[in-house]
Amino acid sequence: MAKFIDSLKKRVKGLFPEKIHRKTIKSDYVLETENLGISFGGLKAVQSVNLKIKKNEIYGLVGPNGAGKTTVFNLLTGVYQPTEGTFYLNGEELRGLPQEQTNHKGIARTFQNIRLFNNMSVVRNVMVGLHNQDEYKCTVLESVLRLPRHFKIEKKMRERAKELLDIFGLKEERNNLACNLPYGKQRKLEIARALATNPKLLLLDEPAAGMNPNETEDLMATIRLIRDKFDMTILLIEHDLKFVSGLCDRITVLNFGTVLAEGTAEEALNDPEVVKAYIGN
Amino acid sequence: MKKSLKGFTKHYLNYTVIGILLVVFSILSIVSPTRTMADLLPSIIIAVIAALSLSLVVGFLGELSLGHAGFMSIGAYLGGKVAIALMEAGDFEATNVLVFVIAIAVGALCAAICGFVVGFAALRLRGDYLAIVTLAFGEIVRVIFTNSGKETFGGALGLDNEAQFLGQKRIYILIIIGMVLVLFTLFVIQNLLRSKAGRAITAIRDNEIAAKATGINVTKFKLMVFVISAAFAGIAGVLFSYSKNPIKADIFDYNYSIEILVIVVLGGMGNINGSMISAVLITVLNNRLTDLLKGDAAVYKDIFYALILILIVIYNNAPALKSFREKYNLKNLINKILRKKHDPSEITNDAARWDVVPTKIEMNEVLSTDIVIDKVGRGDDSADILERGGNK
Amino acid sequence: MEIIMTIINGLSIGGTYAMIALGYTMVYGIAKMLNFAHGDIIMVGGYTIVLFFPISPIVGIIASVIFCVTVGIVVERCAYKPLRGASPLAVLITAIGVSKLLQSTAQSLPFIGSKPKGITYNFGNLQIGSVSISVLTLITILCSIAVMVGLTLFVKYTKTGRAMIAVSEDRGAAQLMGINVNFIIMITFIIGSALAAVAGVFLVFKIQDVGTTFGAMPGIKAFAAAVIGGIGSIPGAMAGGLVLGFIEAICGMVPALSPYTDAIEFAILILVLLVKPTGFLGKKRREKV
Repeated sequence: MAKFIDSLKKRVKGLFPEKIHRKTIKSDYVLETENLGISFGGLKAVQSVNLKIKKNEIYGLVGPNGAGKTTVFNLLTGVYQPTEGTFYLNGEELRGLPQEQTNHKGIARTFQNIRLFNNMSVVRNVMVGLHNQDEYKCTVLESVLRLPRHFKIEKKMRERAKELLDIFGLKEERNNLACNLPYGKQRKLEIARALATNPKLLLLDEPAAGMNPNETEDLMATIRLIRDKFDMTILLIEHDLKFVSGLCDRITVLNFGTVLAEGTAEEALNDPEVVKAYIGN
Repeated sequence: MKKSLKGFTKHYLNYTVIGILLVVFSILSIVSPTRTMADLLPSIIIAVIAALSLSLVVGFLGELSLGHAGFMSIGAYLGGKVAIALMEAGDFEATNVLVFVIAIAVGALCAAICGFVVGFAALRLRGDYLAIVTLAFGEIVRVIFTNSGKETFGGALGLDNEAQFLGQKRIYILIIIGMVLVLFTLFVIQNLLRSKAGRAITAIRDNEIAAKATGINVTKFKLMVFVISAAFAGIAGVLFSYSKNPIKADIFDYNYSIEILVIVVLGGMGNINGSMISAVLITVLNNRLTDLLKGDAAVYKDIFYALILILIVIYNNAPALKSFREKYNLKNLINKILRKKHDPSEITNDAARWDVVPTKIEMNEVLSTDIVIDKVGRGDDSADILERGGNK
Repeated sequence: MEIIMTIINGLSIGGTYAMIALGYTMVYGIAKMLNFAHGDIIMVGGYTIVLFFPISPIVGIIASVIFCVTVGIVVERCAYKPLRGASPLAVLITAIGVSKLLQSTAQSLPFIGSKPKGITYNFGNLQIGSVSISVLTLITILCSIAVMVGLTLFVKYTKTGRAMIAVSEDRGAAQLMGINVNFIIMITFIIGSALAAVAGVFLVFKIQDVGTTFGAMPGIKAFAAAVIGGIGSIPGAMAGGLVLGFIEAICGMVPALSPYTDAIEFAILILVLLVKPTGFLGKKRREKV
């Protein structure tokens, strides 16, 4: 019974997130993590990760399988709550926020295994991304009563979505179902949707997974384009070291949830610890 | 011209058809109410509203609900009770529109509150687990009404609503208000779905995790869908209370919920007009067969109904029949009759249309996907974090 | 005294539910579908024993098992097999159709009809100290224990049983390992139907009144039991069945509660699911992010 009451309390708390006092610090970095870590029942999945990502940087997070890279992403997007440490976006502490609010604050992500809204058209996928912005605000009542604002906003959203799709070369396919797109375009659509949420920091989880060299090349160009065109800061996870060293300004190498090395790609990848982790003694 | 016609059929054809039917049947029911009309039309109206409201949950939010009749019985009992009380208090006739409207408002509100409560379960559970919870909800409501006191809701004998019962002569009031409510339901649900909120709801259906990461407030929309759906089911229940005497809780058992679900599924999941058409067809078929087969022969109706149901589902879904299905289907038949040539350049899968968005409910995939670890440090998470941390 | 009676009643009701729930849970675990028609297999078993009982009780029981298994196989082959690989909702709707078909077909048969039939047979009572227990209750308890032990051993130690586990874990992989998935699913239906037949027999002796919808309520409750225990898990189905059985026995003892038995059972189901969404022993399945 006590357990049940506990669970109920937790449930209610989950609905009305407790007021964590979140600090604001002065920070020159877009993302700054402070001893970020999480443990699951004694197993420390990630510990003391300190990332400092500058504006306009493409930052890589690499490491062997099971190193905790995706867990870091899940911590940064509010899927998991950190058990230790905290993180700041432009100096604003975001620890403890639920996923959708983390997104509102300006962190958008893509997924390792593509997660699109498969039964919706391509353009609608992107339009969903625009929902969180005040610029496209329209209450349910306004929509149901079909007030002029509804039509205005819908038109505006559609135009904006088309613009975004145009950048990714998906404009022609905008009325297709998302699940009917080829693999490479699905990846691009996922990035477009993340960008539509107007983030300050974009997290890409293995964007080049399953791509052939040509597509990878193309993707690298797209990511650079995103950085320049949207003035974006990007944190990405990738296994393809050529991809990482060709694209990232700086990287952090994780192993068993801890930071092995950081610095420019060349420095970090030649670090003896990193070589040991990847190749062995 | 052609384009505007297409836009018209897309947005307003269903309103127009219902509007015309509203006028026709209002006149008919005032001038010469027949028994068939008094039996059939209210059931059709109730079925249409119930199916529309359920399709919001099943077809668009992608959650299976087997307790829709529970919401209807709440509407029927509480709306009916309020109507009777008002009539007694003010010495009103059953045809009093004001009483009718108040009853509908009360029924919808009470059902909506229950929908809110069930919606909380939907925040935590998905797929068949939610299905069994909704089923349980419906049964609990039924048991409570069946065992209620004689003075409150009539207990096992049902709520005696003689005062409220319209009968054949006065049925026109139910038909007019009912059809206006059908229009209202369609207006709200269709506009809701063809808007920002509808996009968010279908996004949750397609991928809840991605929806959260894209900034959609899943809690809000899930509760909203359950509340709206329940409110309209409550309205259908109030209409029911005007057409039957007495109101028995046993009618609203899980079989009734399943009947509504069958209507929605046969109408094509996530297809508003399909749900309405199938509600009309199935109710008419049921009614006609009941009239044709009386007494002991009535079971053949059920056999027939069950067989049709099984065959349609197998025809529509069996993987082995895919090529057969593509060759012989209703669309091709219509095209053949209209001598339309198939144009391969046409986008057949036009996802820009709302009414054809298909739905998949992958029950085995959606088992309790509460991915937020609500109690960090739980022992049994250690095993799957190893797995999760791995990048496949 | 009351307490002992309640416990024994609970065990007997719970055992019956557990047997039906096992059918639900195995079919769910292996064929990945909710077999809504499972309750109606109970009804088939019930009518068979009613019809064959005058010849001989043993013949009746055997006939009812054989007949239920046949119906189970036919239903699986004709209605569910064509839909293998289709969306689970389609299969669910078909199962609902099958349930209605079985009910109405039974009603249309001249020797069954729409009026309830029944048998009265007094098994006698066993006097232990000051407690008098019906022999039927004892047989039910012993039989359900035997079934549970037997089934657990079967799944753990036979080749077919292990193949069942494999299919429930990953159908595709099992197929690649040379397991005949269709055969395994059929075996599952056979076991489930046989258990439903046995449960049907016990229910007939207990209720002594069989109508065409007689299996529906036990079926739904057993489904609830399977979910409480964690659907897909065999020990879970047993635990869930026993929990519901005890609740029912306790409610039966308190006059104020007895009309609300069903509501209380379902309310507990909802509470269990809200606190532990996978049931007592269900596998935790989280979507990976």
